Amino acid sequence: MAELVLMRKAYGEALVQLGRDNPNVVVLSADVSNSDFSYMFQEAFPDRFFNVGIAEQCLVDVAVGLAYSGKIPFANTFAFLLATRALEMVRTHCCYGEANVKLMAAYGGVSDSFDGPTHHAITDIAIMRSLPNMTVVVPSDTVAVAKLLPQVADWQGPVYFRMNRNEVPMLFDHTYEPRIGKAADVRRGKDVTLIGTGLMLSRCLEAAEMLASEGIDARVMEIHTIKPLDADAVVRSARETGALVTAEEHNIIGGLGAAVTEVVSDAYPVPVKRVGIPDRFTETGPYAALLDRYGMAVMDVVRAARAAVAAKK
Amino acid sequence: MHYHSESLIRDLSAKAQSFRIHVLKMVYNAQSGHLGGAFSVAEILTALFFHHLRLDPLRPDWPERDRLLFSKGHACAMLYTAMAYRGFFPVEELMTFRQLDSRLQGHPDRVKLPGVEICAGPLGQGVAIGVGMALALRMDQPKPSAITAPSARASRARVYVVLGDGEINAGVVWEGAMAAAKYRLGNLAAILDYNGVQQTGAVADVMPMEPVAAKWEAFGWHVQEIDGHNMGEILSALDRADEVHARPSIIIAHTTKGKGVSFMEYDNRWHGMPPTKEQYERALAELEEGLKAWQN
Repeated sequence: MAELVLMRKAYGEALVQLGRDNPNVVVLSADVSNSDFSYMFQEAFPDRFFNVGIAEQCLVDVAVGLAYSGKIPFANTFAFLLATRALEMVRTHCCYGEANVKLMAAYGGVSDSFDGPTHHAITDIAIMRSLPNMTVVVPSDTVAVAKLLPQVADWQGPVYFRMNRNEVPMLFDHTYEPRIGKAADVRRGKDVTLIGTGLMLSRCLEAAEMLASEGIDARVMEIHTIKPLDADAVVRSARETGALVTAEEHNIIGGLGAAVTEVVSDAYPVPVKRVGIPDRFTETGPYAALLDRYGMAVMDVVRAARAAVAAKK
Repeated sequence: MHYHSESLIRDLSAKAQSFRIHVLKMVYNAQSGHLGGAFSVAEILTALFFHHLRLDPLRPDWPERDRLLFSKGHACAMLYTAMAYRGFFPVEELMTFRQLDSRLQGHPDRVKLPGVEICAGPLGQGVAIGVGMALALRMDQPKPSAITAPSARASRARVYVVLGDGEINAGVVWEGAMAAAKYRLGNLAAILDYNGVQQTGAVADVMPMEPVAAKWEAFGWHVQEIDGHNMGEILSALDRADEVHARPSIIIAHTTKGKGVSFMEYDNRWHGMPPTKEQYERALAELEEGLKAWQN
């Protein structure tokens, strides 16, 4: 089992480093900075940190004004609030108005497990992905957070950066070089490709080990950028392995699985099985148990892979 | 407070009235658009664009420009008209309003039309976006520029938000108002076009907002109340707002929806309805009569 590291702490550290490297970076909070760890930036750069109170629509609009004035605002709150309560501000100003705002979505998926479905974000990727001009990035571990965050700052245009609340398995070391918009193979294989995003990448790797023991040679690919999707990499995997499984901590509708399916159905149709939450709200409970119960267990990935392989012609 | 001459006030008032005529033609031509709220805000926008704001139409992204955030985006026919006559784009382009391939979208698009500071139409967001701009301007602390507005004000760039009265129904207006007061944004001013009528009826019936002045005061803002069709009062109030330090400022401008056309005034049906040919001709005659009064 890989070492576990708290993703939000890694985020806070990466944000402070960004503040040192780029004086245009400013950080906004809707009064949950000790939850998402943006308080670390506040301590380092109090004059570049703005807490607008529990007012998420105002959070995004103030960030928009800063962005139109040449700043690079990182707006922090819970993922579900950015993707639902503040959505109109995101659509009208960040996307249509091309405001260079970075939406830092804390507590992605069901990672705020004990707070329950009111606090889970299981539709955010679908919502954000449907907006023209939006970029959607989901890091898989703490190294990914540290390596991707400076790219988010340099990226021209709005970015939705979806993070995990909890300790997550350390998958990568310093040799990992992610690029926004580029997928990467993290395990070789020829029978099926398991495409994972966020925490589910680690579960895809576990599933690949189990599949190997039953003779299925599974490739594992990381897609951290769900939009713009690396369509070339997806089609290449479809062509080379003949079957795909997607795995995401999100509703089965509209997320990574949908994005991948849209690409292969146009370009190179192969069997695709989607692992995620089966279009329902979840409940309160321990994080790993919630993932297991609501369609995101390692065995769900394994079963999906078996079915995808069986469906190959 | 600056002295504003009678001839200045007369010239600006005539301009505002001539802009109403142009807006009427645009909306009649497009058979689509919002006349009532455009007519009520004519003097306010004219005062800003032709006297008070420090801006350069040839450099719409000039970092030291004053920011005009037209939050009541539906009334943009008047915004476009004032911008065109101020030199941001050719006046002839105004007749492309609401047509295919036009930069003059049904509601303002900052990407298509340089000089438009924010997209608007979904109401309520000018104040909060203005907070972000005012914070950024304060962080950057640009030195006072040698280029001054005609009002002779030579302070650093400021942010002006033009609001509608129905618009302040929206909660995010008050979220922004609280943030502006918290951060003591003396470089932010709002002008409320209080024409008393919104889409389906009187503001007082749809969602009673009174006491409006007391609400803004309670939120920590400096408040002035004026006649929003009286050019002299508008110019003086803008000057006064610039002298407010360490807190945001609002000018509550009492106006008339549909101002200048007798059968449109106070009537919510003219919020978003284009005129027929006969209505157009009657309205045009009334507005031209009103213009003569300023020109004599």
